[in-house]
Amino acid sequence: MTDATAGAVPASKDAKPGQMVAADGRPLKESLNRALRLQKMRALMLIAPLLLFVLLTFIAPIADMLFRSVQNGIVSETLPRATAGLSDWDATTGDLPDESVYEGLYYDLFIAAERKLHTRLGSRLNYEMTGMSSLFRQSGRSLDDIGDVYFDQFKDLDKNWDEAEPWAALMGDADWLQEMQAWKKADGEMPEFELADGMEKLLPRTAETYAAFAVFAQVDEGKSLLKEEPWVLVHTALYQDLMAKDVSGYSGPQAEMLKAADAAVSGFESVTFKDGMNAIDDDWLSHTVWQTIKTYSPEFTNGYFLNAVDMQKTPDGPEFRSENQRIYGLLFKRTMFMSLMITGSCILLGYPVAWLLANLPMRTANLLMILVLLPFWTSLLVRTSAWKVMLQQQGVINDVLVWLGLVNDADRLVMINNQFGTIVAMTHILLPFMILPLYSVMQTIPPSYLRAAKSLGATNWTAFWRVYFPQSVPGIGAGSILVFILSIGYYITPEIVGGTTGTFISNRIAYHISSSLNWGLAAALGTILLAVVLGLYWAYDKIVGIDNVKLG
Amino acid sequence: MTDMANQDAFVAFERVQKSYDGETLVVKDLNLSMPKGEFLTMLGPSGSGKTTCLMMLAGFETATHGAIKLDGVSINDISPHKRGIGMVFQNYALFPHMTVAENLSFPLEVRKMGKSDREAKIKRALDMVQMGAFAGRRPTQLSGGQQQRIALARALVFEPELVLMDEPLGALDKQLRETLQFEITNLAHDLGITVVYVTHDQTEALTMSDRVAVFDDGRIQQLAPPDELYEKPQNSFVAQFIGENNALDGTVQDISGDRCTVRLDSGDLIDALPVNVSKSGEKTRVSIRPERVEFNPQLGPDAHTLEAEVLEFVYMGDVFRTRLRVAGRDDFVVKTRNRADQVRCAPGEKVRIGWLPEDCRALDAP
Repeated sequence: MTDATAGAVPASKDAKPGQMVAADGRPLKESLNRALRLQKMRALMLIAPLLLFVLLTFIAPIADMLFRSVQNGIVSETLPRATAGLSDWDATTGDLPDESVYEGLYYDLFIAAERKLHTRLGSRLNYEMTGMSSLFRQSGRSLDDIGDVYFDQFKDLDKNWDEAEPWAALMGDADWLQEMQAWKKADGEMPEFELADGMEKLLPRTAETYAAFAVFAQVDEGKSLLKEEPWVLVHTALYQDLMAKDVSGYSGPQAEMLKAADAAVSGFESVTFKDGMNAIDDDWLSHTVWQTIKTYSPEFTNGYFLNAVDMQKTPDGPEFRSENQRIYGLLFKRTMFMSLMITGSCILLGYPVAWLLANLPMRTANLLMILVLLPFWTSLLVRTSAWKVMLQQQGVINDVLVWLGLVNDADRLVMINNQFGTIVAMTHILLPFMILPLYSVMQTIPPSYLRAAKSLGATNWTAFWRVYFPQSVPGIGAGSILVFILSIGYYITPEIVGGTTGTFISNRIAYHISSSLNWGLAAALGTILLAVVLGLYWAYDKIVGIDNVKLG
Repeated sequence: MTDMANQDAFVAFERVQKSYDGETLVVKDLNLSMPKGEFLTMLGPSGSGKTTCLMMLAGFETATHGAIKLDGVSINDISPHKRGIGMVFQNYALFPHMTVAENLSFPLEVRKMGKSDREAKIKRALDMVQMGAFAGRRPTQLSGGQQQRIALARALVFEPELVLMDEPLGALDKQLRETLQFEITNLAHDLGITVVYVTHDQTEALTMSDRVAVFDDGRIQQLAPPDELYEKPQNSFVAQFIGENNALDGTVQDISGDRCTVRLDSGDLIDALPVNVSKSGEKTRVSIRPERVEFNPQLGPDAHTLEAEVLEFVYMGDVFRTRLRVAGRDDFVVKTRNRADQVRCAPGEKVRIGWLPEDCRALDAP
């Protein structure tokens, strides 16, 4: 069989009947893919650097930023025991959580306070309930009060309970202890702490807290466990363990000291964690504090999004905030309204200019084009500031109006630091983005259409409105999408000339990013903005058709 | 042109001049009058002013000087949409955002015509150009020839008495062009409309028109029916521009009535019909059509003949095309019909050629 006839007959068992096959009997599709693979690989290699760059420096950070809008790990990471305990607590009954939750809170908060993490959690929860920040800061400072009760009694019992080495000997593995004793600073890294065998069973709380202390001391502070006395938290844990467990079978290091303590603890003065926390700050007996912690304890939350649309989480589900606390709905509406106004005025001002550009002789059109592009050669900040000079009450326009006698010197027009100023300045700045796509579309409309319409009996207006205008709509669409999307996320100009009534949602996002540091809320606002833009884009595609948009 | 003709004229250009820049005239002193129902073609090379004339008639350009009259009324100051002149454009200018039916409906809508009237007229116009089945299509879904038919239907649908066509067939292939030439001519005659047709294709001009106006340098060089234009060109430009032509330069030696003798620059003497020459000693260019030249002519005793050398012989089927060196020029062409007894020259052969004096026109020297 020759190559020429092989194409018609399936010569290989790979090929299904009825399928086109290449000369060697492979399916034609497969052969084609193989032939194109090299080309595709080469094309991919060419764009790979840019793709990688964009992925790493643009898409990934944005994705991470947007992810922050639902991320809420900080509560359960900082207060693992308390939030675990809270999961069984019914927030709707009005009862306070159990003693076990307070115990968890004490342990969590103590460790967090030592690692200086409690203030971060305080600020996070402060977004949801004011006062949380100071509650956490205050509590972090006074937490030792509870531990000191036990610490003092242990110390009175045996001085060694306030020494580092007996503790290390009691809790640490024998081999580790030897290594640690032999260790010198010059040796480099300290041998990592290892818990003695069976200690986890014998004194579970103590083992856990001492291990946490060991990691903190060795890794965070770089201090030797033979010199650093444990936290008073460990003494509290030891008290609890000795009360609950029987240590009579223990025969390891420091057995005597431990057994002596075991015998004594039943006579120790004690304090409940609830009372202890109450003594530190009576807000810990506040139902709403616990409610807030429970509401925000899951790892993911819709709280930021609810916040971004003026709602809040309550035990009964999401609810609108009270009227005087709502701002984002207003801001979103204002952003939309102003962007529409800016887009509209850009169309009104840009359309005639684009028409002139497309219909003037080349030389004049080029000159006009330079005038259109001129603003691009000036810094955005300079242009915006120039508007400030123009529009302010002692500014050029007001001066001229007063000089002409059109406006009284006493009541000069307020044209800046309000919506008017923002709309004027942004229309000016975004105008080229409307003119350029309009111009390039208008250039492709042959003048013979207008002539044809007129020769058919249409007046100038009818010819324009029924023949020219419909054909320029793709340009209006492209320009409007560009201007609208640019303006909806604009920041600098409204920041400078917007005052309080002329600012956009983007200014609020910037505020949360750089001033209030509530990145979650900023991310939620940003995500909503992105969704709105995509939604509008989709709607535009449905109504006008995105293939009708021409940039040139 | 007499005053009489001007009064009868349906379309008249009177001393029309046009300048775009105020320094040069694109149209120089144009006078033209057309009776109703005439198919007139403006023919000329590009830049000769023919399209400018058409645009002035349509109203898209204003005349710098002179009057343009339609049915006896000056239309200089009437805006294009009130002139009621149908127009077909070179690129068809069908509105791309409207369907075929909407395109045709447009001129009727702006005339505030009722819906049922509109539909009847659209249907009639589409049937007229055999495009009845395409009413719902968009122009971009049609071929070039179909678009041209629609453009024609649109220009005719509001029943204008005058229709202007600006190189309407320029973008079509030869075969389609020939079909449409025929259709447009028939349609124009059937409807009795007056047509001004602009083209630079002389075949188109000759086959379609009642009269052809040959434009060059902003002037009408000759305005005549096609046969007259071809057989009796009034000047060297027309002779050269229309059809194939042999031109020889010389000086009038002797002139008497409808005969003259011309001494060519090579020294040879020939007989010619004086057209643009009036006295001996005048410089002239004579023009002879290739098919009017005879080999070894049997002419009168005092007729002059020329010695020629065959350079090339091309067999073209129905005709033979022989290129000769005559009077020092080697672009002299003779066309002879393919007949059994026809001479078939071989390159290098020496022959004598001659012609009837009335076929050789002594025109102006360029």
